Amino acid sequence: MQPNDAEAAALRHVHKPLPHDSAVKHVQGSAPYVDDLPEPEGTLHVAVGRAPIARARLQELDLKAVRAAPGVVAVLTAADIPGRNDVSPSMGDDPMFVEREILFHAQALFAVVATTREAARRAALLGIAKTTALKPRVTVEDALAADATVLPDYAFGRGDPAAEIERAPHRLGGTFRIGGQEHFYLEGQVALAIPGEDGSVHVQSSTQHPTEVQHVVARVLGLPDAFVTCEVRRMGGAFGGKESQATQWAAIAALAARATGRPCKLRLDRDDDMAMTGKRHDFRVDWQVGFDDEGRIAALDSLFLARCGYSADLSQGVVDRTMFHADSSYFLPAVRIASRRLKTDTVSNTAFRGFGGPQGMLAMERVIDAVAWSLGKDPLDVRRLNFYAAGRDVTPYGMTVEDHATGRRILDELEERSDYRARRAEIAEFNARSTILKRGIALTPVKFGISFTLTRLNQAGALVHVYADGSIHLNHGGTEMGQGLNQKVAQIVADEFGVGLERVRITATSTGKVPNTSPTAASSGSDLNGMAARIAARAIRDRMAAQAASEWGVAPEAIEFRDDRVFVGNDGMSFAELAGRCCAARVPLSEAGHYATPKVAWNRDEGTGRPFFYFAYGAACSEVTIDTMTGEMRLDRVDVLHDVGRSLNPAIDIGQIEGGFVQGLGWLTTEELVYDAEGRLRTHAPSTYKIPVASDVPADFRVHLHQEPNREDTIHRSKAVGEPPLMLANSVFCAIADALHSLAPGKPVPLDAPATPEAILKAVEDLTGGIGF
Amino acid sequence: MTATVSITLTVNGETVRAEVPPRMHLADFLRERLALTGTHIGCEHGVCGACTVRLDGEIVRGCLVLAVQANGMSVETVEGASDSGELQDLQDAFRERNALQCGYCTPGMLLTAQELLAKGGVPDRETIREHMSGNYCRCTGYQAIVDAVETTARNRAAARG
Ligand code: FES
Ligand code: FES
Repeated sequence: MQPNDAEAAALRHVHKPLPHDSAVKHVQGSAPYVDDLPEPEGTLHVAVGRAPIARARLQELDLKAVRAAPGVVAVLTAADIPGRNDVSPSMGDDPMFVEREILFHAQALFAVVATTREAARRAALLGIAKTTALKPRVTVEDALAADATVLPDYAFGRGDPAAEIERAPHRLGGTFRIGGQEHFYLEGQVALAIPGEDGSVHVQSSTQHPTEVQHVVARVLGLPDAFVTCEVRRMGGAFGGKESQATQWAAIAALAARATGRPCKLRLDRDDDMAMTGKRHDFRVDWQVGFDDEGRIAALDSLFLARCGYSADLSQGVVDRTMFHADSSYFLPAVRIASRRLKTDTVSNTAFRGFGGPQGMLAMERVIDAVAWSLGKDPLDVRRLNFYAAGRDVTPYGMTVEDHATGRRILDELEERSDYRARRAEIAEFNARSTILKRGIALTPVKFGISFTLTRLNQAGALVHVYADGSIHLNHGGTEMGQGLNQKVAQIVADEFGVGLERVRITATSTGKVPNTSPTAASSGSDLNGMAARIAARAIRDRMAAQAASEWGVAPEAIEFRDDRVFVGNDGMSFAELAGRCCAARVPLSEAGHYATPKVAWNRDEGTGRPFFYFAYGAACSEVTIDTMTGEMRLDRVDVLHDVGRSLNPAIDIGQIEGGFVQGLGWLTTEELVYDAEGRLRTHAPSTYKIPVASDVPADFRVHLHQEPNREDTIHRSKAVGEPPLMLANSVFCAIADALHSLAPGKPVPLDAPATPEAILKAVEDLTGGIGF
Repeated sequence: MTATVSITLTVNGETVRAEVPPRMHLADFLRERLALTGTHIGCEHGVCGACTVRLDGEIVRGCLVLAVQANGMSVETVEGASDSGELQDLQDAFRERNALQCGYCTPGMLLTAQELLAKGGVPDRETIREHMSGNYCRCTGYQAIVDAVETTARNRAAARG
């Protein structure tokens, strides 16, 4: 038995596959989202007027027709903002409303407040913007030509990769493009602002970052933070899209509430949501690699050109995370990872599950594929050869990978489970016989760094009260977007007190209860908030134990909390009774817990340190069939093995893995963002932008957890699971490339992401010289 | 503003009379007038299925049907189907298999699945996947949803003997 096995065995809720806390309400349709909350009497509705052009000087904004439209109560522009016209997370470059410069197509020009949503939306279409058009910069190449960036260039690495590549027995280089991704949370952006006394405002917002909503609303209204409260009970999905990009809509609703003195609600319609909010960053990656006859990499030089859009938003952290994952799972002796954060006249790209990491990893997997193909080797063998190992375990940013053995164990086990070798041989035979259909297989690893790379964000707070009847109020700074965070934290708290889950009341996240929180992001929700809640619960339990000990005349260590009771040996009382006695004895039963992640320290200027507390590992093996006449692709089978440490809740973790994989599958195969030369997003509705549906999921989908206690002291030795599984879908992209490679063995496969049917067909034509069959 | 239209319809078994703007769609009507907010608005484009309700027993997209079109008809929402108990086993299966995360798609998924299950028999997974493909879920990856529907079909078939 490992030391914490006995402790784990005593837990009643933690490590159990319990359903989501809101599951019963969800299946009845009775769990309210922001738009479902009863609207206070007199609630008005807000709609946003959009810029008709991507880049222009605004000469005049004619809003007469808007004001005259039926139902309109107020029209708001930049001139009506009492505080600062800035909804950015930090850089000050995201105006709430355009003042003089239009920075992207569909940017917010003004807002209409009306008696109904319909009236507001109709009126918003009546604004007339007189503009002087400028030529928009839309692509990576446009931005490079203009030398336009939103943030300084940045690079790290070691050794002299240029010289090492020159010296290596083999050299390859190429350019790879990776598309962005729309979040398509099913519940769109929405906020309800209710004015209070002395100019204060209460905002119900669908946001992953209530603290930022609070701060931005205060900034826009010119109020101290303490006058603004932001509350969120649940979101209908978020995926990073409601981290920095929920603030603008909340701030507009709050401004409307200020201007009218009435509650105001803003719910973006889907087209507006898709056109006006940022997406996953798309990239061009220029790479060069040097390697030996076996495929062992000697040096890598990669340049990541990120299309950030018109402003910085979170691009510093996003592109840094791309760079941190540009090694994927492989040791790179000499390496340079460089990046440019390019400015284009398009919506500002933002956080999206994986936060830049997926693009870095995918680019590296492509390099590995290219190396393997050039040597006539199985890419899995080249992956294994370069996998982090003893003595070859330092990342390009100077952090030692201490538990690469976990990653390798997963790789080994999945290779077995998936029967990779036999299937590879069978596929080779099939491809030799089949002319039109070609199959491909790939097994790729995941290694994802857990922690915010901005060190100060690695903290969390929780507020726990025990009431006199023994019921428990639980609040923490994390937000529930469907990922099951509240359920996990409630399990942790229930087990600290040794009580049943039904005693723990989960309450809405509120800046009035836990202040100065970090966003629920970077997969850190249960790591951080679970710890903070446990710290709070433990402090209360210790005080309760001391009270019980003094009543029984024993040492506090002799007191045990289990089965909703408090024991000294066989003697005991109910948890509720002790709570009541504590109140009578004037023992405080409320505690604010705070947790800060240990060990993390990243020096960005030096490009070295330990940005991550630990890594989460995984691996996936995907098999596909492509039709070389049509470009159609079918995903035949997927095997996944994913590292969750000692899972807090295996059912929820499996859900994160299945969901993350399928979201990654969409990113790499069907979800394509198309901007025209005028900078307008053409795929701004679900009719033209296709996320996966049930029939896209592989018929044979085998998901298993790898449960090995986290070597770091995380909450009950679990590991974060929100983002890492998305990158399991890299195996699908590599399997498609593998199928294409069978058309012209030894040649590089000209395929960019996403591998849509059109892209696959084009790659077929390029590889076969367009001759077809 | 445009004149309103009087309609009379049955919603979850109760007769409802209302004056509605001619352009108001059924999902908005149910949500805003009757506070039946289990019918969710995902896209307002008829694509995502979050607004799925039954109209005279057939499932429709609440965002594509005007409230006035439902005049004289019978509407059932997730609340009604839930209260009647007809979804109980399916709801249990969704909860047990964790076939929901954010839950936003869930009411639409349940009504769509129930339509397939009502045909009887045990559909194969391929059929379930195809049938559920008009409903978006951005969270679960569908695997758990298909599992839950399959389990329910099996159990119902077994109960019928
Ligand atoms: S809201 Fe009706 S189908 Fe999406
Ligand atoms: S559970 Fe979130 S959309 Fe399905």
